[in-house]
Amino acid sequence: MTNLATIERDAEGFLEQAGHWTRELAADIAAESGINPLTDRHWLVIDYMRDCFLNKGAAPTIRTLGKESGVAIKELYQLFPKGPAKLAAKIAGIPKPHGCI
Amino acid sequence: MRQILILGAGTAGTVMANRLARLMRRDLAADRASITVVDQDAQHVYQPGLLFIPFGVYRRDQALRDRRSQLPAGVRYVQSRIERLDAATDTVTLASGEVLSYDACIVATGTRIAPEDTEGMLGDGWHEKVFDFYTMEGAERLARALDSFRAGRVVINPVEMPIKCPVAPLEFAFLADWYFTKRGIRDRVELTYATPLDGAFTKPASARALAHLLEQKGIRLETEFATARVDGAAGTLASWDDREIPFDLLVTIPVHRGAAFVDRSPGLGDEMGFVLTDPHTLQAMVKPNVFAIGDATNVPASKAGSVAHFEAEVLAPNVMRFLEGRPLDPGFDGHSNCFIETGFQKALLIDFNYDTEPLPGRFPFAWGPLPLLKESRLNHLGKLAFRHLYWNALLPGYDLPGISSRMKLVGKRSTTDTPRRLTT
Repeated sequence: MTNLATIERDAEGFLEQAGHWTRELAADIAAESGINPLTDRHWLVIDYMRDCFLNKGAAPTIRTLGKESGVAIKELYQLFPKGPAKLAAKIAGIPKPHGCI
Repeated sequence: MRQILILGAGTAGTVMANRLARLMRRDLAADRASITVVDQDAQHVYQPGLLFIPFGVYRRDQALRDRRSQLPAGVRYVQSRIERLDAATDTVTLASGEVLSYDACIVATGTRIAPEDTEGMLGDGWHEKVFDFYTMEGAERLARALDSFRAGRVVINPVEMPIKCPVAPLEFAFLADWYFTKRGIRDRVELTYATPLDGAFTKPASARALAHLLEQKGIRLETEFATARVDGAAGTLASWDDREIPFDLLVTIPVHRGAAFVDRSPGLGDEMGFVLTDPHTLQAMVKPNVFAIGDATNVPASKAGSVAHFEAEVLAPNVMRFLEGRPLDPGFDGHSNCFIETGFQKALLIDFNYDTEPLPGRFPFAWGPLPLLKESRLNHLGKLAFRHLYWNALLPGYDLPGISSRMKLVGKRSTTDTPRRLTT
């Protein structure tokens, strides 16, 4: 059984290993970020993010999320306040998305 | 007869045509091979020049040349829009209906701005109060608007990454500070830089250096600003989390997309129209005889001319290897470098790749002469001299002394940051 206290995370709270992620862990990270409980709408986004990362090797941009995840950008900001792409990535246990330069 | 087809005659396509023509000169002379280049228009734009046009430093004629004049003799040039690429049949269909078949196809169609992707951007005020400077038309219109600007709020906003030349918006902010100071009205102009990133730039060492420069120049920095709408009539820029920034003049760097034909070509691109490409061999994912280079790819390197130049050093021999049935060289490391104009005849230089962030030190040799990540007059002169290097060495596809496709660590000092992968 893993919990937040024992899992390896970076300075901003992103998991070091995407493979360590569990659905329980997601709920804990969400609660720590002020999102409690995770609703079906949250899970729609989280599952899409994980899928995207595991299949393509990269986190989706906010634009892709808004188009493909089934949740519009406006609502993404309500579900994951401030930075949906970043916060949803953290909860989904995937690395912090860096804007490519 | 081997047919090489190059789509696009911008920086990447032109460099590839010149390099391949040299590598294949015997086959071309003996009619055992052909090179065809397709582009939709006749003029090659020196894109780094677009940054200087709004401030009256460069004129249109200093940044434009005929595309054909930059291509080698013996290459066929076709001017047409592209309808689609069919990897299954090894053909490219042009808008004219002509069908070109190929043994190897190189996609070098770059990226384009998509202002229509942001609500309100093309509404009231487009090219009156709201400007891009990534097109010649936008840059020239912005020059006229700046010329008559007397006082007010100027906002610079890259809407979303990736963008072409990721430092250009910052350079625009620095040059605007210099421009208004020179005109004696800097105290009547409020400059704001609104970015979707969580700092001035993406990489820690350069983000710090650049944030410091913004502060020094009195340019307000608004971070994590995800642009939702532009209202030109009211003069407001709004984010998805309901922040609003008022402006009298908005300089926007709109969402970037790949060429439109990529969306019409099965399996070729991602959802933004960038070609799915192996980041080290530059072979496209769709089929082994398709390659991609420059801004057109989805590789996590900068969309910049220097990257196209370094990629071509790897890709031209790789196309030859492919034609000869040999394994490809996974030699591209994401190497990129660029001058960052900071105003008042000074510039910064950065050099980095997929794995190493821009570090301070000296370039291209251990002794210099150019300082890295530090303002200097020599870097500014380097930036100006680069225009001549571009037409006479980079486009013809010659290697530059001391600067190779593989990034070097010589002359660089590591910083206290923990090393980490720079890619997404």
